[in-house]
Amino acid sequence: MKRLLSAFAAGLLFGGGLLLSGMADPARVLGFFDLFGLWDPTLALVMAGGLGVTALGYRWCLRRSGPLCAVHYQIPTSQSLDARLFVGSALFGLGWGLVGYCPGPAILAAGGGVYQALWFCLAMVAGMALWKMLEQGSAAQAGAPQRG
Amino acid sequence: MVIAEFSPLTALAGGMLIGAAAVLLMLANGRIMGIAGILGGLLNGARDPDTSWRLAFVAGLLVPALSAGLVGGLKGPAVDLGLPVLLAAGFLVGFGSRMGNGCTSGHGICGLSRLSIRSLAAVVTFMLVCGLTVYASRHLWGG
Repeated sequence: MKRLLSAFAAGLLFGGGLLLSGMADPARVLGFFDLFGLWDPTLALVMAGGLGVTALGYRWCLRRSGPLCAVHYQIPTSQSLDARLFVGSALFGLGWGLVGYCPGPAILAAGGGVYQALWFCLAMVAGMALWKMLEQGSAAQAGAPQRG
Repeated sequence: MVIAEFSPLTALAGGMLIGAAAVLLMLANGRIMGIAGILGGLLNGARDPDTSWRLAFVAGLLVPALSAGLVGGLKGPAVDLGLPVLLAAGFLVGFGSRMGNGCTSGHGICGLSRLSIRSLAAVVTFMLVCGLTVYASRHLWGG
C-alpha cells in the first residue's frame, strides 16, 4: 500500500511540476528548440531545476542500504552505446519535434481533455505496443529469455 | 536571437517539483521515474507485479491533469497540425522512446542525474533530432 501511495504522490508531484513549469504547453517546448525564431529558454530552466534536485536527491537516496518500500534499488547498469539506443532516441526526437509532446506532457494534456493529445496518446501507445511485439518476437527467435 | 517572454521562477520551481517526484520514487520504491517505461510497462498487464504502482503513478498524474482541464488551463498545439501528423508523431514518440529505453524524464532527468553515459547519448540524440525537426518544419517548409 505504501508503495502505491508513494507512486501516486510521485505522479502528482510530476504532473504538478509539468503544469507549473509550462511544459504542458507544446508551444513552449518547441520554442526552446527554435533557436532561429522566437527562442523560449523555459525547458533549460526546467531541466536545471529537475537535474539539480534529482542529482542531489539520488546521491542521498543511494547512500541508504535500500528503498523504503521495496527490497532493492532497480537501476539500469548497461553502458553499451548500441544502435538501438541511437535509432530509438532519434525516432523519439522526430516525433517530439513534430508536435511538442513527449510522453509525460502528452498524458497530462490527454487527461485534461486536450483532444489533440488524446489522438497523440492513442498512437503513442500503439507505437509502444508495436515495439513490445517486435522485441518479444526477436527474443523468441533468438531463444533468449523474454524480459518483462 | 530573439527571446520569448517566459517566467524563470515557475520554470525552475516546476523543474524542482519534477526532480522531487523522481527522488520520491527512488527513495520509496527504488525505481527510475521514466514515463515511457511506466506507460510501456503497463502493456504487460496484470501478471506484471509492477503494474499496480505504475497505475498508481498514472492516477497521481491525472489529478493535476483533470484539475487543469476543468479550469481550462491546458493548451493544445499552437498550430493546427492535422490528424495524420498527430498520429505519426505520437507513434514515433511511443515506438522510439521504448526502443531507446527512455524519454525526457527517464533519460533526461533521471539518467543524466546519475551520470549515465547511455542517457547522455540518448539526450544529445533526441534533442538534436528534435531541434532539426523544429528547424525544418518552421524555417524550411513553412509552418
